Parts: sequence; structure tokens; C-alpha cells
Amino acid sequence: MPPESEYPLQSLTAARVVVVAGKGGVGKTTVTAVIARAASGAGQRVLVVELDGKPTLADLLADVPDVTVMPISAPDALDEYLRDHGFARIAKRLNRTGVIDMVGTAAPGIDDVVVLGKIKQLERSSEWDLVVVDGPAAGHAVTFLTSAAGLADAVRAGPVRAQADEVLELLHDGDRCQVVLVALPETTPVNEVIETAFALEDLVGVQLGPLVVNGVDTLAPLPDADAAGDVVADLDADDARILEEAAAFRRSRREMEQQELARLAAELPLPQVRLTARPVAGLTADDIDAMASELTTEPS
Amino acid sequence: MTQEPPDTGTRTSGDSHTADVIDASRVIVCCGSGGVGKTTTAAVLGLEAARRGRRAVVVTIDPARRLADALGLTGGLAAEPEPIELADVPGELWAMMLDTAATFDGLVRRYADDELQVERILENPFYRNIAGALSGTQEYMAAETLHALHGDDRFDLVIVDTPPSRNALDFLEAPGVLSRFLDHRLFKLLMLPTRGGLKVIGTASQPILRAIGKVVGSEVLSDSVAFFQAFAGMETGFRERADDVVALIRSPETSFVVVASPRHDTITEAVWFADQLVEQGVGVTAAVVNRAHPAFGSGSSAEAVTAAAAAEEAGDTALAQLWSNVADLRILREREQEVIAPLEEIAGADRLAVLPLLDQDVHDIDGLWTIAGHLFGHEPVAG
Repeated sequence: MPPESEYPLQSLTAARVVVVAGKGGVGKTTVTAVIARAASGAGQRVLVVELDGKPTLADLLADVPDVTVMPISAPDALDEYLRDHGFARIAKRLNRTGVIDMVGTAAPGIDDVVVLGKIKQLERSSEWDLVVVDGPAAGHAVTFLTSAAGLADAVRAGPVRAQADEVLELLHDGDRCQVVLVALPETTPVNEVIETAFALEDLVGVQLGPLVVNGVDTLAPLPDADAAGDVVADLDADDARILEEAAAFRRSRREMEQQELARLAAELPLPQVRLTARPVAGLTADDIDAMASELTTEPS
Repeated sequence: MTQEPPDTGTRTSGDSHTADVIDASRVIVCCGSGGVGKTTTAAVLGLEAARRGRRAVVVTIDPARRLADALGLTGGLAAEPEPIELADVPGELWAMMLDTAATFDGLVRRYADDELQVERILENPFYRNIAGALSGTQEYMAAETLHALHGDDRFDLVIVDTPPSRNALDFLEAPGVLSRFLDHRLFKLLMLPTRGGLKVIGTASQPILRAIGKVVGSEVLSDSVAFFQAFAGMETGFRERADDVVALIRSPETSFVVVASPRHDTITEAVWFADQLVEQGVGVTAAVVNRAHPAFGSGSSAEAVTAAAAAEEAGDTALAQLWSNVADLRILREREQEVIAPLEEIAGADRLAVLPLLDQDVHDIDGLWTIAGHLFGHEPVAG
């Protein structure tokens, strides 16, 4: 059996900043909400940072005590940074002339660095015990996290350079920051998460936390093909066919999932945290509650 | 390899329509949020096009190897079109991966006056940055590649798998991005018009430039000034090309296929995108929902739950488990069908195809043919 994390919540929240990352469609936002919900249940004061401007997280966590959802946008973060560091007049000019995106273009990565800088500032605040970041959308995790190193190479001086250096310090300190990668138990998502994990280790040098595998079919007991054949032998033909086909379909999907989980464990030496697939076509706060309780149940 | 799933419940109404879209288009753009199976859909449309005798090329923008994976190519994809080996089809299928920076370099070469200008631009650090990172560059270069392939005699159908994009209209608007960039205030500040044409002014004379230099460092700023200097004279060529690309994207030969998964969030994005396409006067040519749970019988989940309870009552645990399984799968299907409804409404039932989740992952040509068989109502073709 592949390694499963023994104390999921503790290992997921082992650093003060947890950046949740993964490709589109794997349930990154769900996992962010689940970690926040579970940590809040364990008595932590949690700040959830969302970067894509969507209301999903605020909706999913609306009724959870001690969880604050904070949207951060790059222009706002840059503006705030400049104001806080004695560049108020420049900040005003930059906004007025609309040149702020131009600055971002001239020094790519600046957007990401000011956002990470803001996260670093929040980490230092005593208001929260844990900062969970719903990473940037679709495949930009590596770019997002390499921004500081890239900028430190390109820009030799100035406030932006100083910011990049401080962000690098945060990223390289495993006690302060870790990345939690999210995958689905299917071929392409598994390939992609393996690639991302190696890229993050090589390029960023950031601590990788447990790997969260989302949407795993719980092993609700199901008779095998032979047993199912015996059971349905006396039923009418239509019912027998439906029962057998449905069971075969489910078994085949499960087998495929188990193969992918095993392959993931073989190729990535990270503990896995598995979350059960919910029988829904869109998650609600109740689903988040149920998934969060999976992180805190006693290891068997 | 991939088994024929049982009664898939694929809606047949959209099938012939999707085939018509292939027959009538010179360009097909697949769009939708990340992880919904855009790449798989693009590959399936490409296979079907080849089956129908077209010479199709599929371009993927996703830097991940999704298309290569879907086509079972272990070595990945090249930046030049490569033929995919297919047995028993009259047409052809080619595949390639977008190389944003190389495409941009190609445009610079095309519109530069001489080799010296090419060199000055390509070696400029600021150019290297915008070539890869300017917001919309990737989408613009995808549109540019589309234009180039459209004019390539080897192909009569170009299928594009667009980048997952928050603003899904980026792809439509991207060719305008560079034009806008050239109209940018900073560009104008740097390139004050004089009688003899554009002229780069000194950074020191502009307080705003000094201010920007203080924040990002002066060398970043001087690189950008040097870039605009080198770029002078090429704007017109770039703008005209951008206009051509926009005209192609908006031509009646170009079809937009909106792709979603049967989940509330991706359907919401797809509906929003479809709305925008309609507003832009482009319209949705077809919609595809991937990976919907197949129907097992015509009964409801409630009936299966009742049957499971009855079996449990009678002490037949194995039968109860079998009915519970049917109940689980039917619940998912019922919820998915509910979630899909708004997309069906905006796209039109006859333009929507709902494709089944298979009992195996799709990661090779056989798997793609199985999906094509569902979408176009024919027997899977042997790969």
C-alpha cells in the first residue's frame, strides 16, 4: 500500500503558511476550504487568502468560526506596499497614469512577488495561527512561486528587490511555509502533479507538504464479478443487467484509481492524504464539513 | 482496451450537429475552464475530422503534455506540426504545441526592416520578458499560429485548444493586446512624436519615468526604452497582422465549441462564456459536456435506494450492496443532469453533446476513438 499520512491535519498545517497548488479542475479551492475548516475545528485562527477573485471560498466558509477569507489582488498589493514603504507619491502617480501594468510587464513576476510579500506580512501578524493560500489558477503555481527568484536575478536594487529577497526567505523556510499539492486519482492529473512537484523542488526549493488526492471513491463494499453474478441469477433480466453493469463500471473505475494512487506513491515520496469523492455535482458547506472531519479522524 | 460502457445515455441530438460543425468549419476553437477535457475534446474532433477525410491539425497551448498524453505520444509534442499515425482513415491528423516565444520571434523577423533590427529586438531583455509574459501574449501567439496554419496548404481544418483562462475572451481579444500595448501611455511618453517620426526621449526628463525606475530599478527601465527604440517602425505591420487574425477568428468558417464538465462551477463558466460569445456576435457553435456519469437503467436513484433497503431487510447483503451502488451512480447522474440544464438552455439542446465518463481513463488513441464513437454514433475505429 502507498503511504498514507497518519495525522493528516497536523502534517497539512505543519507550517504557518500553506500554499495549496494544483492544475485546473483538481479541487484546489475545495482542499483550501477543507484545510481551513479542519484547522478552525482544531481551535486555530485561520486566514484564507484567495487570489482569483471568485466568491467560492467566502461562500463555502461563510459560517465557519475563526476563519477570515481575504482576497488579494496584485495591483492592490503593489499599491499598499509602495504606500507602506515611503513611496506614497509614486503609488499615486502609478495608479493615476495607469502605468502599473507596464511596470509589471517590464519586470515580470512583480505581481506575484508583491502578492507573496503581502502573504509574508500576514504570516508575521499575530492575528492568525495559520494562513492558507488558494494558489493561483491553472498551472501557474510554478511561475507564481519562482517569481521571487526570477525577480531577484533581474532587478539589482530598489524596493521591489528587497521584497523579493524577503519572499525568498519565507519560501525557503520549511517551518514557515509549505506547498500542498492537489491531484485526482487519474492518469493525466497524476502525471501533472508529479511534474509540478519536481519543478517546485528544483526551481523553488520550497517544502512540500503531504499530497492531497481528491475525489477518491470510498471503498463501500461491492461484491466481485462472480459473487454479483450469483446474486443476480434469480432476478429479472433487466434488473440483473443493470446491477451487473453498474458494479462492473464502479469496480473498473476503482481499480484504475488504485493503480494511479499506487503509481503516485511510487513516483513521489510524499505522504498522501485522501479525500473521499462526494456524490454531488457541486460542493456545499456541508460537504466541506464532512471532508474536514476526514482530516481529524483517528488514524486506524 | 477501453471497454464499451453500458447504456451510456449520450444525448444523440447534438451528435449530427457536431459532425456538421466539423464539415462546415475551417477553424474550430475549443474553450472552457481548466480540467474539463478541452484537450481531449480537441483531439476527438481532430480524429473524427480525419475519419471524415479532412486534413486536420490540432494545436495545443497547454504547456503540460495533455494532448501528447491523450494521443499516447510518450515523447511529447514538437513546435512544428507532426503527423499522427492513424490506420484506416481517409484523412490526416497532425498535432503540434504552441511555442509562444518562437512565434513572437517569427513575427519580429517578418516585420523588421533588416537583420540588425531583428537582433536588437531579440536580444533585448525587456523583449524576452514580454515575449513570454505580457498578459495576453500566449493567446495572441495562439491566434497568430492559427492564422499561419490556416494559410498552410497541408491542412484544411485547424483545431485550437485554448489556454484555460479566467477571462475566456482573452483569446478573441488577444490580437488587440499588442496594439493596445503599443498605444500605451508609457510607450507614448517614451516615443514623443517629432517631425521626423518617433523619437525616444531621455528617461531623466520625465518625472514619472524616474519614479518607475526607483521602484523596479533603472536597468529594467533602460531595457524597455531600448526595446521601444528598436521596435520603432514595426507597429504598422503588427497592427495589420492583428487585424487579419481578428477577421479570421470572426469569420463564419470559424466555430466555437464550449467545453465543460458536469460540475456546477465549470458549467457556470461555460454559460458565462457562451453569453459573452453571443454578445460579441460570434455565437456558440456547439457545446460539449465531458465525463457525465452514464445511466444504469431508466429508474431513479430513489427506486434503487428502496430496492437496496428491501434487500437489506430480506438479509441479502450482497444484493443490497449492488442496489446501493446503482443508487450512488444514479444520484450522481441525476445531480449532473440538473447542473447541465443551464448550458443546454443557452447552447440549445440540438447543439449540446453530453459524453459519458468511461470505465477507464482516456489516455491513448483507442480511448479517443471510443469517445468519438459516442459523439458521432459510429463503432470505435481500431487505432
